[in-house]
Amino acid sequence: MAKIIVVTSGKGGVGKTTTSAAISMGLALSGKKTVVIDFDIGLRNLDLIMDCERRVVFDFVNVIQGDASLNQALIKDKRCEKLFILPASQTRDKDALTKEGVEKILNELSETFDYIICDSPAGIEHGAQMALYFADEAIVVTNPEVSSVRDSDRILGILQSKSRRAEQGSSVKEHLLITRYDTARAAKGEMLSVTDIVDILAVPLLGVIPESSSVLTASNQGTPVILDLKSNAGQAYADAIRRFEGEDLEMRFIKPVKKGILSRVFG
Amino acid sequence: MSIFDRFRVKENTSANIARERLQIVVAHQRNKDKQPSYLPQLQREILAVIKKFVDVDMDDVAVDISQENMTSILEVNVTLPS
Ligand SMILES: Nc1ncnc2c1ncn2[C@@H]1O[C@H](COP(=O)(O)OP(=O)(O)OP(=O)(O)O)[C@@H](O)[C@H]1O
Ligand SMILES: [Mg+2]
Repeated sequence: MAKIIVVTSGKGGVGKTTTSAAISMGLALSGKKTVVIDFDIGLRNLDLIMDCERRVVFDFVNVIQGDASLNQALIKDKRCEKLFILPASQTRDKDALTKEGVEKILNELSETFDYIICDSPAGIEHGAQMALYFADEAIVVTNPEVSSVRDSDRILGILQSKSRRAEQGSSVKEHLLITRYDTARAAKGEMLSVTDIVDILAVPLLGVIPESSSVLTASNQGTPVILDLKSNAGQAYADAIRRFEGEDLEMRFIKPVKKGILSRVFG
Repeated sequence: MSIFDRFRVKENTSANIARERLQIVVAHQRNKDKQPSYLPQLQREILAVIKKFVDVDMDDVAVDISQENMTSILEVNVTLPS
């Protein structure tokens, strides 16, 4: 039985796809057979972040509609043999994802995978609801910014009322992941701090990913940033994986680095 | 293009990698947007016919329709097992 994890946020552009790529690669590298599914129907992008855009033949909707088998649609990652990608369809048909169709595919994947990561689209409409409905656990991605935190709270409400687990009287396990955290600005009081966000949302903190230029470089090349262990964002994602697996690690990258005289001049 | 741009294009920066990857994806996407909706069905039926004679997979049959001036070209590419 696989564990189904949705990566969701409500607000767009906060780092769900970046996180889905990093988390799925991280779990796969730790030996878990993992599949990451792009639920952003019509706006496929996970394939670019995972560098498999040229290998997409069939997609999620093709499988739901019976035009291809799961094996035909799953793309095996070139860097990690435990990792598979199921790309989104580019159809404009919003109702292409049916609850029954999604359930059937998740059940089939559940038989052979340890983890199923669902990369949710932005918003709280159909696509986002399909991505979270079957989840066992949720990673709620939040930026230190008022609208993002409020939208995360909306999504938490939906997880607690409209997910399968909620309907069955149990609950989805929630994790908070703060991304694009700018330590310097938070220290100056220009941005919400980690403590502020955790206090407001009251969800256990899985990690804090710093704002980092390495994320753009990684997406340019189609390398999930977790593979760049020289970058602080890559290390922060690696820490989040270890916490997810139960380790108790101190949060890094939440205090501003003291700049030396040279970087003060050149940085 | 200035002389500096010329130098920059040659470098294998991550932005250059991104540009090349995007050129391919966008060209493909624009082409797909224009394709008729019967294409998947056509592909399935062509595959079914070929399967009667040789053992091929869905992956081995590519069906594309492209436009050139006033004519549409149907392109079927089949990779046969060796
Ligand atoms: N830690 C980070 N540091 C800097 N930039 C980041 C970070 N995380 C994400 N980004 C950038 O933010 C942008 C949005 O990221 P991403 O596509 O992962 O968000 P998303 O939530 O999936 O968006 P959408 O809602 O459109 O699906 C991208 O340009 C990405 O490079
Ligand atoms: Mg996304």
